[in-house]
Amino acid sequence: MVDCKCPECDGDVDVPDDALDGEIVSCPDCGEEFEISFNEKKELSLKKAEVVAEDWGE
Amino acid sequence: MQRSLSILYDRVRWEEKTLLEKAKEKRINVKLIDAKSFPINLTNVNSLEDFGDYVIQRCVGYFRGLHLTAILEAKNLSVVNSFHTSLICGNKLLTTLHLTKANIPTPKTYAAFSTESALDALSEIGYPAISKPIIGSWGRLISLIRDRNGAETVLEHREMMNNSLLKIYYIQEMVRRPPRDIRIIVMDENVVTAIYRSSSSNSWRTNVALGAKVSPCRVNDEIRDLAIRASNAVGGGILAVDAMESKEGILIHEINSTIEFKGASSASKVDIAEEILDYVLQKLKR
Repeated sequence: MVDCKCPECDGDVDVPDDALDGEIVSCPDCGEEFEISFNEKKELSLKKAEVVAEDWGE
Repeated sequence: MQRSLSILYDRVRWEEKTLLEKAKEKRINVKLIDAKSFPINLTNVNSLEDFGDYVIQRCVGYFRGLHLTAILEAKNLSVVNSFHTSLICGNKLLTTLHLTKANIPTPKTYAAFSTESALDALSEIGYPAISKPIIGSWGRLISLIRDRNGAETVLEHREMMNNSLLKIYYIQEMVRRPPRDIRIIVMDENVVTAIYRSSSSNSWRTNVALGAKVSPCRVNDEIRDLAIRASNAVGGGILAVDAMESKEGILIHEINSTIEFKGASSASKVDIAEEILDYVLQKLKR
């Protein structure tokens, strides 16, 4: 488990070791959702996740 | 030469993770490509990064996935589902036209292009009736309209929404049915499994996203025949056909083209992720 800081509230966000690029995690403190992102050097960062849009679904 | 496969996504859901895990199990080399992560030169699509021989398009955003499919097909790549199938299935109005053209039983449905004609459509169909946005999923903005007052309220709200697609009204009869519908997973002409989706106690809608409960459904001849005909009507692919049990028989009301199968997997013994990968591998052999 990798411990990241929530960019919104500085809370602790746990990212599983096997997390995939694009997977969503949420901050247990403020509830904000983040998309896991890895750069070319495989460094992890958290991007604010997109909010549900009117064309989302199946 | 080993053929390669990619999954195009914009959000990793349970389905994408399950597909990846299954691919790993089956030793299939799959490349995961984030649809949001690169620009595309439309006048030179061949410069686009390597997507392999076959692409499973899994974007949660309908328009994003649809337009990317058009681009990938312009690069002569095979994409499931195809642009044609995605276009039809992502739009309830087009789906109804294709189902009707193929003589597949479907609920009586009107389109209207103003609030006045939407009210006329509701009078023709009779109350209660259902209003649905032509684009969208998960039961979003689907309204049960019980009478003229309710209709005026729903239509007034729609008029105030700044979205041209919501000014196209899709009005459907309220089919008398048990408090459930049937979801049939079909891949071209192979009916993979079916489940019931029973609405939760506080909703008439049967979307799993709204808390509907799932249970196994036996695929009888009528369900199998209609699912295959519905698949053919929209060009085939990996599809979730939604059906209702009316007094007159099964009605097909919707076909989904970027299928979510977490709910179905919990009620069916069939490994849907494996079926998807086997479907793609069969396509790759051709």
